[in-house]
Amino acid sequence: MRATAADYSVFIGHDAAGHAQMNLVVEGIERDGSIEEIERGLASLPGVMRARLNYTSHRLNVAWDAAAAPDAVMERLESLGYRAHPYAPPALDAEAQQGKWLLRCLGVAGFAAMNVMLLSVSVWAGNVSDITPETRDLFHWVSALIALPAAAYAGQPFFLSALQGLRTRRLNMDVPISLGVILALGMSLVETALHREHAYFDSALMLLFFLLAGRYLDHAARQRTRSVAANVSALRGEMAFRLAPDGQPVLVPVQALAAGDVLLVPPGERIGADGTIEDGQSSISEALVTGETLPRLVATGDLVHAGSLNGDGALRVRVTAGGDRTLVDEVQRLLDAAMTARGAYVRLADRVARAYAPVVHVTALAAASFWIAMGLGLHDSIMIAVAVLIITCPCALALAVPAVQVVATGALFRAGVLPRSADMIERLAQVDTVAFDKTGTLTLPDPVLHVPEGTDPELVALAARLALSSRHPLAAILARRAAGAAFEGVTETTGAGISARIDGFDARLGSPAFCGLPAPDHVPPSASLIAFRLADQGFVAGVDQALRPDAQEVIGALRGMGLRLLILSGDRPEAVAPVAAALGITDFRAGLKPADKIAALDALKAEGRRVLMVGDGLNDAPALAAAYVSLSPVAAAAVTKAQADAEFLGDHLAPVRAAVLCARLSLARIRENLAIALLYNLIAVPLAVAGHVTPLVAALAMSGSSILVIANALRARLPAAAAMEIGP
Amino acid sequence: MNVLVYLVPLALGLGLAGLFTFLWCLKAGQYDDLDGAARRILSDEDVKR
Repeated sequence: MRATAADYSVFIGHDAAGHAQMNLVVEGIERDGSIEEIERGLASLPGVMRARLNYTSHRLNVAWDAAAAPDAVMERLESLGYRAHPYAPPALDAEAQQGKWLLRCLGVAGFAAMNVMLLSVSVWAGNVSDITPETRDLFHWVSALIALPAAAYAGQPFFLSALQGLRTRRLNMDVPISLGVILALGMSLVETALHREHAYFDSALMLLFFLLAGRYLDHAARQRTRSVAANVSALRGEMAFRLAPDGQPVLVPVQALAAGDVLLVPPGERIGADGTIEDGQSSISEALVTGETLPRLVATGDLVHAGSLNGDGALRVRVTAGGDRTLVDEVQRLLDAAMTARGAYVRLADRVARAYAPVVHVTALAAASFWIAMGLGLHDSIMIAVAVLIITCPCALALAVPAVQVVATGALFRAGVLPRSADMIERLAQVDTVAFDKTGTLTLPDPVLHVPEGTDPELVALAARLALSSRHPLAAILARRAAGAAFEGVTETTGAGISARIDGFDARLGSPAFCGLPAPDHVPPSASLIAFRLADQGFVAGVDQALRPDAQEVIGALRGMGLRLLILSGDRPEAVAPVAAALGITDFRAGLKPADKIAALDALKAEGRRVLMVGDGLNDAPALAAAYVSLSPVAAAAVTKAQADAEFLGDHLAPVRAAVLCARLSLARIRENLAIALLYNLIAVPLAVAGHVTPLVAALAMSGSSILVIANALRARLPAAAAMEIGP
Repeated sequence: MNVLVYLVPLALGLGLAGLFTFLWCLKAGQYDDLDGAARRILSDEDVKR
């Protein structure tokens, strides 16, 4: 149950029928019968008009009229045992439309290709037996009747992209594709009108069908990762307590906050927006902002940043926009500079296309000129030139990259990596240096409790139960070990700790001084201390950043892959050094400002190195944008994640290694595929130039090379799956 | 060859029927939630008693 009213208005839209509707991401729907449970449970609420759960995307769409309210919907879901998070559907709808359009084109091309092939096979069989010229003409005309409208519709994705490429004076792969399809159809039409033996209607349609299949799969894979990434950020959907004009705190999503709002930040909660403190004092942890692990003391009038974790005091924060936001402004300025400086990466396929298209077109022209010079006649010479263009229509070439990309995206997905940019796999494969941020990247995003060795576990369990009654962040970490219920009659001493009577003895939890215990000397200086005392027993525990559980292993493996490793941290040297030592990384730099991180990356770039930057803090955002390729953990600051080429899930570092491995494998497969496509052309082009390409040969060559390329692409998945088994 | 007069239109007609069914399914959202459809078929909710 929620103690405070919540305001979901930013997420509420209206459907075609005028009902209010909201989209939610629902957790825990994997168990049996959850679809009926949720849909029936919501439909029985008065006023709910529609509740439809999409099991594939874990999204629930609810519509209601005046009689219902979003609170009732959320409450019902909670009582059914599901956690739901509202989310605003972004541009995903346009993506889904694009996917459906490709699928429609694919359907049309498939239908036409099958029917035309039916007629073509009859003609091929007839040509070697007893088909009459009249029947052949009829079959060719029927083929034309199917092929022309179908190609006009299904070819749109390629024609439009080719036009766009030509308009910007860039040759992309779609230019030779469009040219090949149009020429094949045009020439076939002329041949049909002249009552000739050969028509290439089936080649043109098969080509479109194969290419559309590749394009649709590529699109579907990207849409799936994007949809999961959107779900993940909705699940982390942060809420803040905004003070309403009547002084009541209302729970609102942070996206709804505007300048001038006043927030109430209870101890242990994240600050939802940048602002100045109106009232209160506390110590806040800015690990997610600057990478600094020591808490900072703040009081009325101080600036605080979104993402900071509030410590022990309640704060009232007035949200500011613009103004004197030193760090955020600097990050933004560096970010803009880094994004302009970063040259657009030209994808391998486009580089090949730029070289390929002119060569092919010149070859076709040369073939025609050659045969005219040999006295073959204008018509036959042009036919040969067109045959060259059809056979070189880059079917296998255009499938070479997307086919691998689809398989690699699936493999990355299973390894817990969500790619954001399409060319990320190619860039990641070329990396020779990895730069890590420390806080939240090499270490876990949340600090971990270190209880001194030899402490009675019973005592720790009691301390954890007592900690349940405190909202202090240190106590919250201790409270995770609690096995029983909270104690009754707990009194709180503000700024010091809490006390209660347990089994007739006095129990205290709080600072070492509050508990009357000496501060231990064995804990590192970066640790915060929390003490517990029951009668004459007690302990002082340290709370400190901990390495990700598999960090040492993964760093070792990355080093074994020949990568140079370094740490670029915004934290103090004395906090970075132990981490670097534990991981065996000798090259570490501490106390770096965002600009220093970019300078370090630029120095590496000047050495000719290609750097993978892995970071999570707001201060890492410009560095991520400046690096050759970048990764960030899913718990990263929103601005930072937006810059990363991919994000990885979970508490483990293994996805970083899996991503590099998978990218390297994929690039190898892409290169092999391009080689296969090249080999195909080396065999097919001389045949075409010699005038031996009949429609049957074209059909066999095209589908043969396409299937070969796709089969090779499937090999990108096996070793990546093996890499997963070592990981989490 | 007179058989072609109705066999070719028949083949085309069947193909077109398949195509339109596919386009209709797509438009009706039948491909939106493939995993969900696999589970919903086990539900007895829609059985009239």
